[in-house]
Amino acid sequence: MTGPRLVSILRQGSYLIASIHTALDDTEMTAFQHDLVERIGRDRARGVVIDVAALDVLDSFASWTLRTIGEVARLRGAVTVVVGIQPEVAFAMVALGMDTGSVRTALDLEEGLAFLDRVVGPRRPATATRGGPA
Amino acid sequence: MSSTQGTAPTTATAGFDGPGEDQLLPQLVAHLREHRARLRHEWSDRIQQAGLLHAMTPQEMAAETTSVYDNYVEVLETGSVEALQRYARDLSERIIPRGVETHEVVGIVLLLRDVLARSLFEKYQRDFGLLNRVLDAYEPAANRIANTVAVSFVEERERVIRQQQDALRELSTPVLPVRERLLILPIIGVLDRERARQLTEQLLTGIRTHRARVVVVDITGVPEVDESVANHLVQTVDASRLMGASVIITGLSPKIAQTLVTIGVDLSKMDTIGDLQGGLEEAERLLGYRTARDDGTAVP
Repeated sequence: MTGPRLVSILRQGSYLIASIHTALDDTEMTAFQHDLVERIGRDRARGVVIDVAALDVLDSFASWTLRTIGEVARLRGAVTVVVGIQPEVAFAMVALGMDTGSVRTALDLEEGLAFLDRVVGPRRPATATRGGPA
Repeated sequence: MSSTQGTAPTTATAGFDGPGEDQLLPQLVAHLREHRARLRHEWSDRIQQAGLLHAMTPQEMAAETTSVYDNYVEVLETGSVEALQRYARDLSERIIPRGVETHEVVGIVLLLRDVLARSLFEKYQRDFGLLNRVLDAYEPAANRIANTVAVSFVEERERVIRQQQDALRELSTPVLPVRERLLILPIIGVLDRERARQLTEQLLTGIRTHRARVVVVDITGVPEVDESVANHLVQTVDASRLMGASVIITGLSPKIAQTLVTIGVDLSKMDTIGDLQGGLEEAERLLGYRTARDDGTAVP
């Protein structure tokens, strides 16, 4: 990828934090979906936070993709929470009949992480990932 | 006088035809000025007989009727209603707060028109042709004056109403933090489309600024809602959920509850609780608060 990154996916304990920095077109959105689903398996993530606070528009394709990511992630063993939907975006989405389906939402990153802690249990300490039967 | 003759025809072009007409209005104005005291008095009597303007004291009435009379004659003379418009607006501003109604204002202007017309009949009764021509000049101007005064009054009233609506709007939807992450929005008065829109805006931005997780919207003070407002309310609840906050609606009156069910608004996703107290208790439960008395017993 050249130029400033449109999306970043960071690992935080057993969670993945995916931030969308700018409006994505449909192709970019789909690529994001593939990257994220891929990372869930590779990092054995148990929770995913998708931060959309930087977006002032969420079109129907984007909200459909978020919903799909949430369902796919669930099948791969991770809980997804979408955070940072702006007031105007929230109302526009509702007015256009869009929602995030079964995917939970939270106010911001902090709230999203707190939600995951409640649902999937506290973050694994880094050492706990080591060891196990030889 | 040349300026008078220059502007007068614009007032009453419809009634003017042929030479000599230019002299009619100045003659008319001179007549009205000459008999000013008597005609004004007659007019005041008629106002009193008609029972209009009882919100005013006799002194005020004398002062205002004199001003109106002079303005009236001036419009007849110059054909320009601007000064009258200003005066009428100013007068309206003074008398609207005292409860003077539109019909009273229109009524007194029409009375003045009639009083002056009668005096013209009297003056020109011997020459019917001349009387007709005088009335041709007088009537359009007089009607225009009545129109101007009525319109100014109504405009002023609308301005006052708009001003009050703005004031009401600013006060109408406070967003009150009661505990950390908990907001209440008490709504009092009729929820129209504009207020509902404003409510949504304040609720959603309130969630962001106060980082609210639960919002209690109390509509005890709302007498009724229509379909579009009800749908708007549902959308607001959904939008709040997208921002990660739960909304609890409390104080739905029996009437509103029945309306909502009758018009078939989808209420399955709405969290409603009877009264504000119950709503707050539920909100605290959601947030993990437990209220206890000093001796440690839980408050139900």
